[in-house]
Amino acid sequence: MSEIKRLSEREIQDLSKLSNKLREQCLTMIHNARSGHPGGTLSALDLILVLYKKVLNLCRDWCNCPTWAQRDRFVLSKGHASAALYSVLANCGYFCEDELSSFRKLGTRLQGHPGCNCLPGVEIPSGSLGQGLSIANGIALALKLDKNPSKVFVMLGDGEIQEGQVWEAAMSSSHYKLDNIIAIIDRNRLQIDGETESVKSLEPLADKWKGFGWDVIEIDGHDYRQIYAAYQEALCKTVPVVIIANTIKGRGVSFMENNAGWHGKPTNEDEYNTAIEELRGKC
Amino acid sequence: MLTDKKPVSSLRAAYGETLVELGKENPNIVVLDADLACSTQTVKFQKAFPERFFNMGVAEQDAVGTAAGLAYSGKTAFFSTFAVFASGRAWDQVRCSVAHPRYNVKIVATHGGVTVGEDGASHQALEDISLMRSLPNMTVIVPADSIETRAAIRHAALTPGPFYIRLTRPNLPEVFDAKEYKFTGSASVLLEGQDITIATFGETVIEALKCSEILEQKGISAEVISVPVIKPLDDDAILNSVSKTGAILTVENHSIIGGLGSAVCELLSEKMPVPVKRIGVRDEFGQSGKYDELMKKYGLTANVFVNDALGLLERKNNKK
Repeated sequence: MSEIKRLSEREIQDLSKLSNKLREQCLTMIHNARSGHPGGTLSALDLILVLYKKVLNLCRDWCNCPTWAQRDRFVLSKGHASAALYSVLANCGYFCEDELSSFRKLGTRLQGHPGCNCLPGVEIPSGSLGQGLSIANGIALALKLDKNPSKVFVMLGDGEIQEGQVWEAAMSSSHYKLDNIIAIIDRNRLQIDGETESVKSLEPLADKWKGFGWDVIEIDGHDYRQIYAAYQEALCKTVPVVIIANTIKGRGVSFMENNAGWHGKPTNEDEYNTAIEELRGKC
Repeated sequence: MLTDKKPVSSLRAAYGETLVELGKENPNIVVLDADLACSTQTVKFQKAFPERFFNMGVAEQDAVGTAAGLAYSGKTAFFSTFAVFASGRAWDQVRCSVAHPRYNVKIVATHGGVTVGEDGASHQALEDISLMRSLPNMTVIVPADSIETRAAIRHAALTPGPFYIRLTRPNLPEVFDAKEYKFTGSASVLLEGQDITIATFGETVIEALKCSEILEQKGISAEVISVPVIKPLDDDAILNSVSKTGAILTVENHSIIGGLGSAVCELLSEKMPVPVKRIGVRDEFGQSGKYDELMKKYGLTANVFVNDALGLLERKNNKK
């Protein structure tokens, strides 16, 4: 195996700074929309950010060519983290950052959950949980038929994998030897009604995936070094790989962290101001 | 006579053979099945193009999602299983992963209606047309014989967007002439008449024609319309016929809720209210039995619905 590339200190500092900016954008989008999902957005953000900035093979001119055939694909199966994806896509230049303010408003391309064929960079619609891995498998099969070496990354929520379809799909990935699939589980351990382990336990999670024929990499999903290393390692595997990323729901805003209550509610004015102040204090 | 003895052939075999032809013509055709490849006849494609065939096992939801991913990537994906599973088990996947993004997924669902037979209620899709018709972007087709099946499959392969095509399990008499038949998406008048319209699709087309012959002996002139495309409904064909006859009987191997009868009522109640009689399974589940027994039990034979036609005519005449 070739030597695994590592992020420099400078790159890590830049990502950290950028992530604070994007966290602020996400919270502002949700606040202005008076609705959305801050908890799972903030837990997923670092994973999506590193993917787009450091890992995905994307056309250099991607804002004019979002469907370049050789691109790596990213499927956001946990569609309620849409704000995280939109803020990263806008920062990458897929569309103007000004458009973020239209999030969840009538006529917007930034639908509450990713919509259809309208926003550059969004590969597939999602929102009804459990469907992304099957679609990613279909994309991966098509890439193999077309002898296209691109990879498919798919992000699932941890609560999401209580959906039976995920395990049907997990069987398909290994049966069809889809070494071009990399799944990322945003393991923030919380779902709407509380802790995943009390609502319906997922553990032993790594063993479940191994039992379905997957390789498993476990990381801290907010540590840029670990995130990047996991993606690099996953790209070298010859079987489907799942990265179980241990994350913190609401990461970056202390009163939201590890609180299931922030799964799907917007901030009031005071909460918003406090959150933004805290994020800016970290820059 | 339109109902003179005709050759009987398999719709499913016609589907499998058409898939192979399409596979030869277009390398982007892929086929998925959910452990029913022999029953649905996708096995023919599997043998011809194993690298483009994906058996997804007993996992219909995953199969629909995988078909969506293949279609998103430029393939034309046919997915087959029994109608009850394609429409019911995987409905949300069809809704969110296929219909909403308008992917090129062609669901060819076999074993529709009560005529599945001995397998009974769990396997008899009586709600599938209703479920699929309510989805935006979905085209819903039920061919009446193997000739219409070949043409409908070919039409779906060449037309962008999601399709739901329901096939019957039993072999059926060939209603259409293979040399003349063209699939246009429109309804077609099989028999012109003045007193009453009978609209139907699938295996009851032949029964509707038989019904018209019995009615003729009673001095009643029935117009028989074949409606292979339930959605989008050919509004003009229905309105044209009903403007002439003033009454319509709808016949379907499906629940009377949400199928052709409902579609016709939705149209006529807004555009041209006339007496309607819906024939179909009346809000109940099916059961085990032989083809003929089930058709009779659920009122889907010509002899049974002649009485419905007479009742409808009476309503029409009382209205005048």
